Amino acid sequence: MSRQASGLKAWVVQRVTALYLAVFFVYLLVHFLVAPPADYAAWRDWVAQPLVSLGLLVTVPVLLAHAWVGLRDVLMDYVKPLGLRVGLLSAAAFVFLAAGLWALRAILLVGLQG
Amino acid sequence: MSAKRPVFLDLWRIKLPATGIVSILHRVSGLLMIAAVPVAAALLALSLAGPEGFAAVAALLEHWLAKVALVVLAWSLAHHLFAGIRHLFLDIGIGLDRPVARTSARAAITVAVAAVLIGGGVILL
Ligand code: HEM
Repeated sequence: MSRQASGLKAWVVQRVTALYLAVFFVYLLVHFLVAPPADYAAWRDWVAQPLVSLGLLVTVPVLLAHAWVGLRDVLMDYVKPLGLRVGLLSAAAFVFLAAGLWALRAILLVGLQG
Repeated sequence: MSAKRPVFLDLWRIKLPATGIVSILHRVSGLLMIAAVPVAAALLALSLAGPEGFAAVAALLEHWLAKVALVVLAWSLAHHLFAGIRHLFLDIGIGLDRPVARTSARAAITVAVAAVLIGGGVILL
C-alpha cells in the first residue's frame, strides 16, 4: 500500500476532501435547481466563469482522491487476496486518471476560450 | 487472531439499528457515485464540446433509463452528503451518545429521501 495514502494520512485526506465536496456540491445542487442551463451558450458561459472554472478544476482531483481512499477502504474490508485487491485498485486508478484528465481537459478548453 | 470467532449471519434475525443502516448506505452510495465517475466525465466533456454535444447529452438524459439513474444518483449524493456530515460531527466527538446517534441516523436517512422527493418534484413540476 502506498505510503502517501496510508493510515492517518488517508483518514485526514478523506475528511478534508469531504468538507470541500460538501460545500461545492451544495453550491452545484442549488445552482442546478434554481437556474438550470437553458442552452449550450448558457452552460458554457457558466462553466467559463473564473470562479466556477476554478471550483470545478479543484473538484476533479479532490473528488478522485476522496473516491480513491474510499474505494481503498472498501476493498480492504471485502477483498482479502492481495493480488486481486491491488489489481482492482490499479484498474480503478487508471479509470480515475482517464476520467479526471478528460474532465480537466473539457473544463480548461472552455475556460481558456474565456 | 484465532480462526474460530463466532459468526452470526442469520439475515432474518439480524436487526440492524438505524446507525448501522445509515453507515452501510453511506458505503453503498459512495460506491454508486464511483460507478458514475467515468460516465459523468464523458457527459461533461460531450456537453461542453459544442451545441451538438449539449443537445446529445440533453436528449440522452431524457431517456427513462437515464432518469432512473439520475434519481439513484441524486439519492446517493443526498444520503452520502447528510450521512457524511453526520460522520464528520461524530469524528469531532459531537453526537456520540446512543440516543442522539440514533436520532441523527434516522434524520440523515429521512432527510436524504425527502430531499430527493422534493428536488424531483421541483424539477418535474
Ligand atoms: C458530497 C460530499 C461528500 C461528503 C460530505 C463525503 C463524506 C465522506 C466521509 C466523511 C467519508 C468517511 C466515512 C468513513 O470513514 O467511514 C466518506 C467515505 C466515502 N466516500 Fe464520500 N463524501 C462526499 C462525496 C463523495 C463522492 C462524490 C464519492 C464518489 C465519487 C464518495 C465516495 C466515498 C466512498 C466510496 C467512501 C468510503 C465509504 C466506506 O468506507 O464505507 N464520496 N465520504
